[in-house]
Amino acid sequence: MSGRMRLPHGGQVDHNKPLNFTFNGKSYRGLTGDSLAAALLANGVHLVGRSFKYHRPRGIVTAGPEEPNALVQVGEDPRSDPNIKATQLELVEGLSAASQNAWPSVEFDVGAINSTAARLIPAGFYYKTFMWPASAWKTYEHFIRRAAGLGTSPSQRDPDRYDKTYAHCDVLVVGAGPAGLAAALAAGRAGARVVLVEQDHLLGGALLSASEELIDGNPALDWVRAAETELRQMPGVRILTRTIAYGAFDHGFFGLMENVTDHLEEAPEHLPRHRLWKLRTKQTVFCSGSIERPLVFADNDRPGVMTASAVQSYVNRYAVKPGKRAVVFTNNDSGYGAALDMVAAGIEVAAVVDARPMATGPLSERAEAAGLRILPDRVIVGTEGRKRVSKVRVADLNAEGDGVVGAVEEIACDLVANSGGWNPTVHLFCQSKGKLRWDETHACFVPDQAMQASQRSAGAANGSFGLASCLGEGAEAGAAAAADTGFDAGAPVAAEAEDRDFLPGRWLWLVPSDKPLGKKAKHFVDQQNDVTAADLKLALREGYISIEHVKRYTTTGMATDQGKLGNVNAIGIVADAFGRPLPEVGVTTFRPPFTPVSFGIFAGRDVDDLLDPIRRTPMHAWHERNGALFEDVGQWRRPWYYPQYGEDMHGAVNREVKAVRESLGVLDASTLGKIDIQGPDAAEFLNRVYTNAWLKLDVGRCRYGLMLGEDGMVMDDGVTTRLGEQHFLMTTTTGNAAPVLAHLEDYLQTEWPDLKVYLTSVTEQFATITLSGPNARRLMAEISDAELSPNALPHMGFTAARVAGVPARIFRISFTGELSYEINVPASFGMAVWQTVMTAGERYGITPYGTESMHVLRAEKGYIIVGQETDGSVNPLDLDMGWIVSKTKDFIGKRSLTREDMLKPDRKQLVGILTKDPEEVLPEGAQLVEQVLKEPPMPMLGHVTSSYHSPNCGRSIAMALVKGGLAKKGETLFAPLEGGKVVPCVVADSPVFFDPDGERMRG
Amino acid sequence: MLLITCPYCGPRCESEFSNGGEAHIERPKDPASLTDAEWAEFVFLRDNPKGLVLERWNHAQGCRRWFNVARDSVTYEILAVYPMGSPPPALEPRRYV
Repeated sequence: MSGRMRLPHGGQVDHNKPLNFTFNGKSYRGLTGDSLAAALLANGVHLVGRSFKYHRPRGIVTAGPEEPNALVQVGEDPRSDPNIKATQLELVEGLSAASQNAWPSVEFDVGAINSTAARLIPAGFYYKTFMWPASAWKTYEHFIRRAAGLGTSPSQRDPDRYDKTYAHCDVLVVGAGPAGLAAALAAGRAGARVVLVEQDHLLGGALLSASEELIDGNPALDWVRAAETELRQMPGVRILTRTIAYGAFDHGFFGLMENVTDHLEEAPEHLPRHRLWKLRTKQTVFCSGSIERPLVFADNDRPGVMTASAVQSYVNRYAVKPGKRAVVFTNNDSGYGAALDMVAAGIEVAAVVDARPMATGPLSERAEAAGLRILPDRVIVGTEGRKRVSKVRVADLNAEGDGVVGAVEEIACDLVANSGGWNPTVHLFCQSKGKLRWDETHACFVPDQAMQASQRSAGAANGSFGLASCLGEGAEAGAAAAADTGFDAGAPVAAEAEDRDFLPGRWLWLVPSDKPLGKKAKHFVDQQNDVTAADLKLALREGYISIEHVKRYTTTGMATDQGKLGNVNAIGIVADAFGRPLPEVGVTTFRPPFTPVSFGIFAGRDVDDLLDPIRRTPMHAWHERNGALFEDVGQWRRPWYYPQYGEDMHGAVNREVKAVRESLGVLDASTLGKIDIQGPDAAEFLNRVYTNAWLKLDVGRCRYGLMLGEDGMVMDDGVTTRLGEQHFLMTTTTGNAAPVLAHLEDYLQTEWPDLKVYLTSVTEQFATITLSGPNARRLMAEISDAELSPNALPHMGFTAARVAGVPARIFRISFTGELSYEINVPASFGMAVWQTVMTAGERYGITPYGTESMHVLRAEKGYIIVGQETDGSVNPLDLDMGWIVSKTKDFIGKRSLTREDMLKPDRKQLVGILTKDPEEVLPEGAQLVEQVLKEPPMPMLGHVTSSYHSPNCGRSIAMALVKGGLAKKGETLFAPLEGGKVVPCVVADSPVFFDPDGERMRG
Repeated sequence: MLLITCPYCGPRCESEFSNGGEAHIERPKDPASLTDAEWAEFVFLRDNPKGLVLERWNHAQGCRRWFNVARDSVTYEILAVYPMGSPPPALEPRRYV
């Protein structure tokens, strides 16, 4: 047996293939083809959770993605997912699921105390209560999270693999109900490449849950099977089941999530769990169907209260009896379908409560003929039952529909099937910015004008609810979409079927009760977020007018179901309260995703080492072998420092920087950006992009340049060398190579296309080895054939020669303040030359140094690092670098330097900072103040940008950006640190702390 | 995710491109002659119309070439793609309330 409420046969389940599963630790059996919700109902389990705010017992309400209550935690840590809808979860052997939002158990829930304290939790409760005092938020949050309990995250990393893929098609059809199948057939027959997306694992849509629909005179599912067979034989058609079209984006771009293995007992190793499809389509047909709207009546949230169509799904598709004795409550004809199907399945239908004055319509008449007890002009005014509905209270509706009259009749039941009308599923249409129109007759929003001309809606998604209309519109839309992509579909052939919809209806947004609203009974609009009609009215009384604000204040429609059941009812209640027509209130914005998607699909395989490319220099293996620790600089991995046995970072850096000043250091500088610049106008171009003059730079000479944005702020710096009359090599900071190239290309292509200049990134074509220290020239003489005398190769000079037998470019430039040579060799020779350098350098105690030592060495010299001393709001004058700013020529950003704001004396300016205690090293980022007050706030003058212990200066050194700092030289400032410590320091006369005259590097 | 037709490479996904903001803003020939306000207008201020926009795009992950795009900022429909330095094609202004 697969549950005591299971029908002996029928439905789209395999009665011969039972499956075992557990729910809240208890074992049950279901059938292959069941959803978890169907299997639970087959076992008589309605109570599946507790509500979010009040912890009221809640049951399964729907059979689809609109489910507000049956959210479960599935699987065991670490393969555990919260917030899975039991109505969409395919049953699989061994599945284990548990209720969320209940503690200690769903049967006995401590939080249910909220239920009796309900008067204290009105709309906006969180905003009103937990806002003050701000300091208490941490305490509140703990309780809110605990009390809210929307499942738990796995405690370990996700062991599963996810994937992404791209696809292109002519026609995308969303939804494989009658309209979608008809559309796919029409487009496929015309020869178009079609992708048909269906969230379910079966095709057929609403037909799967119907009892006796006929198409072309045969059972509808025969037609579905024939359509599927035909589609699967078409080479250009791809059917994606278990796939949700979660987002519609621009220009026919769609996000689809395919569930690949969740339904398998054993997932094959080669398959990802979920797959993201990035689909680009030329044409789209939305055949996403419609969702039944529940009625908002008093205590409409008791387990056993379901939508009428859900009851039909469970009876017809899953062969499950959701109850033994039912009451149907409807305001339109479609509710009678549930009544008739239940009778056929042997469920007693105690009464059909119909808000309409007369039970008219094709199904109503059939029910009347079948002798069902029909109570027209009546409504349910209340329900009873603690963990399951046990009775409903029924009374006469008044003529206005806003009150009840007469005596109240009680009817015992364990199931209430209710229908308040139907809403087309317009989410994707609206995500594409399509405009909706209010259909007065059917009381629902339907697609009006599509924003993207390539989009069509068909069938119930288009507000055409009859089966014949679905088939006809689908075929027409599919053919038209194919035709728009150049495929002749001919005249569409529509299958024949009955064409009844759910009219007539009497539309009620709020079903009146015999008790005042909000007192002793709750009319739930949004069950998942526990929002009631009284909450909405309270929000209006408090002055909210826009539906978007009402939504945020009450949180209606903001749960994981995104208001699929409740939003239109909420809009209706707001409209009635204002006495305005419903379309004037309007809808809230539809945003992706349609239903929640897993994070895994967005990560795909881009995790761990594949998250971001790692760039390594040609000498990387040597650094690794020699114990370097690495630092990430953009995507590059740069040696940070090379600790020797027992050394900490401080010890290693001290040793490295001393070696550079005393003998010889070597740095792998290959990561510096290198841009090859050629063309007759190359010098003129550089003259426009750098702040200093470039026209007269001699061939074979290097020059430091500062590059600004048009806003006058420092963007990059570096040394550029004139290799030939029309040939330059520019270096950029490691992290800025790509932005600088883009900046240069932008000006070249768009502002100065008349300049003949060509830019090529050559960063990775060369390995760069920097020798620095008093013995640099001696070593160079041993390993290269270059003429190295100060006259032949002076500071800021360039020569081409051989180094270690390899053709090289040698630049005599220095970022350490020592005699330095930057050697560029073709990247493939980088390692060989490096090894030669290391061997030959042994006699000088050659010491490899990393970025940390490089930073200390340059800070000793007061050299800036763009991005450390600057942050996009610092101009050259702030850096006291007016000496490099040309007065005579124009350059990018020049005009900005004389803007009023740029000339203010209290701009933050770069200064050197010396702590009074030479041993004290300020933390970078420390704030500086003129005067320490007892407690914050105190006026902050600026912050420390660089700070190191300098063994060569024998003390700590720092740089800082300080308001009006250049005028504060010699003044004492204070750095108040965490924990109350205050460090006094002095603004230095100059940020150049070592060899201020530069004799060492010029030697 | 726009589908942008690079005039040199053909239709490509938006993720290959970078947007360069409003088009047809020429760098002043003689910045020194401008007032602060005029210069600020050039550097900082851009239009943000609802409807037809003319903007610069760069095929940054492709051919690295810059070009102009005429686009509707409401529907995101791309109305024209044309080279740098060309005047915008004659297009109906789009009006939205």
